[in-house]
Amino acid sequence: MRAALRFDHVTKTFVHHAGQLLLRERLIEMLRPSRRPRFEALKDISFELTHGESLGLIGPNGAGKSTILNLATGLSQPDRGSITVDGRVTALLELGAGFHPDLTGAENVRVNAAMMGMTRRQMAEKFEEIVDFSGVREFINEPLRVYSAGMNVRLAFAVAVAADPEVLLIDEVLGVGDQAFYARCLEKIRSFQNEGKTIVLASHSAELILMLCDQALWIERGRVVMQGPAVEVVAAYRASGS
Amino acid sequence: MTERHWGGDYFFLFENLILKDFRIRYRNMSLGILWSVINPLVMMTVLTFIFGRVYGSGGDAHNRPFPVFVLCGLVPFNFFVGALMTGATSVVDSAGMVKRVLVPREVVPIAAVLSNCVHLLIQIALLLLLTVCFGLRPNRYWLWMPVIWALYVTFLCGLALGSSAINVYIRDTRYVLESFNTVLFWLVPIFYSFSIIPEKYRDIYQYNPVAALVFAMRNILMDGIAPPMSLIENLTIAAGVALGLGLLIFRRLKPGFYEHI
Repeated sequence: MRAALRFDHVTKTFVHHAGQLLLRERLIEMLRPSRRPRFEALKDISFELTHGESLGLIGPNGAGKSTILNLATGLSQPDRGSITVDGRVTALLELGAGFHPDLTGAENVRVNAAMMGMTRRQMAEKFEEIVDFSGVREFINEPLRVYSAGMNVRLAFAVAVAADPEVLLIDEVLGVGDQAFYARCLEKIRSFQNEGKTIVLASHSAELILMLCDQALWIERGRVVMQGPAVEVVAAYRASGS
Repeated sequence: MTERHWGGDYFFLFENLILKDFRIRYRNMSLGILWSVINPLVMMTVLTFIFGRVYGSGGDAHNRPFPVFVLCGLVPFNFFVGALMTGATSVVDSAGMVKRVLVPREVVPIAAVLSNCVHLLIQIALLLLLTVCFGLRPNRYWLWMPVIWALYVTFLCGLALGSSAINVYIRDTRYVLESFNTVLFWLVPIFYSFSIIPEKYRDIYQYNPVAALVFAMRNILMDGIAPPMSLIENLTIAAGVALGLGLLIFRRLKPGFYEHI
C-alpha cells in the first residue's frame, strides 16, 4: 500500500538574512559573490503515514512544525531528501490565508475553493454544505472584514474539508473557534479519519493531539526529539516540562 | 524534486481570480466602471486640444478625426501600462496566496493581465462608439481586431510572467518599469502618425509591438483596410517570444519564491 504522506530524510535550510531585495544589492552580489549563512530549519526528518493515520506535530515555537506543513503542502521544496504524497492535499496554514477582506464570505468561498482545485460543478454541489457547516449563513453576503476571527476560521475550515482532500494539514488555527464549532471540527476530523483520510496537525496543545492523533512527532530546533505513538510521545513531552 | 501536481479546474480558477480583482477594484469606487471611460476620455481631450488646436497640426491625422486617431493610440498604450504594472507586482502582492495556498503560481501574473482585459473591453467599446459617432462606418476588417488583441494580450502575459518573477528578487523592478513606460509614451505614435517619422528612425516603430497595435487599429478603424501582413507577423513573433521567455524566467525563479516573499 502506498503511503499517504512520506518524508524521507528531509532537510530544509533557509538563508539567515535574505538581505534587501533591491537592485543595488543584486549588483553588489554579482560583483562580490558571498555565501550568506544558512540555518537548518529541519534536519533529517523522516516519517511515513498510511491512509487513515494521523500525525500530531508537537514542539515549542520555532521548532519547525510549520516548515513541515509547508513542505508537505508543496509550497517550498526541501534541500535534501524527498516528500511523496498520494492524493489531493489541502492545508489550513494560517487564519484567512487566501481570503480577501473586501470580498463577501460567499465570494471568498468560491475563490478559495477554486484555488484548492475544486471544479465549477463541485462548487455548485457543495456550496450549501460549506455555508451550513461554517455556521455563518447570516453573514455570507457581508464583506469578510466584518467577520470575527472565529467566523473567519470556520469558513476556511469548511472550504478545506469540502475540497475532500486525501491529506489534510492543519496548523494551529482551530483554537480561535468557539466551543460548539470546535466540537464540530473534531467530529469532522474524526469522520475524515474513518474515511481513511490522513491528517497532520501542528499544535502546542498536547490534549488536542492526544484526542485526534495516533502518531506524534516531537521536534525541537528542527530535529526530531521523539516519534511514535501519540500517547507515549505526549507523555514524554509533558514530562520534559515544555 | 518536481512541483506538486495541481489537479484543479483552470477555467474556474481564472474566472474567480478575475472576478475577485474586478470586485475589489470597483467596490471602493463610487463611479465604479465609469472610471475606465473617464480616464481615456480626459487624456483624449487634452491631447486633441494640444496637438489638434494649440499646435494646430491636426493635419497629421490626414483629415481623419483627431479624437479617434488619438484614442487608437491611447487604448493600446493604457492597456500596456495597466497590464504590465499590475502583472509585474502581482506575485509579491499576492503573498498570502503564493505562500499559503498550493496553486500553480503562473496563474497569478496571467490572471492580473486578464483582469485588465475587463477595462480594455470597455475602452475598446468606447473607441468603437466614437469611431461610429465621427461617421466612420464599420467594415469587414473589424474582424481583425480579435486576432491582433489576442496576440497583444499574449505578449503582455509573457512580459508579466517575466517581470513578476524578477520583481520577487529585485523589488525596485516596478520603478524601472515606470520609467520605461514614461519613455514609451513618447515612442508610441499616440498623437502623431507613422508618416512624419524620419526614415532612419522607423525601425524603432516597426519592431515595437505597442506601436504595431496602434498602426493596426488605425488601419482597421480609420483607413478601412486590413493591417499589413508584416505587422501581424511582427506581433505574432513578439507574442511568441515574450510568452516563451516569460515562462522560462518564471519557471527558473519560481523555486525561490517562498523564501523571498
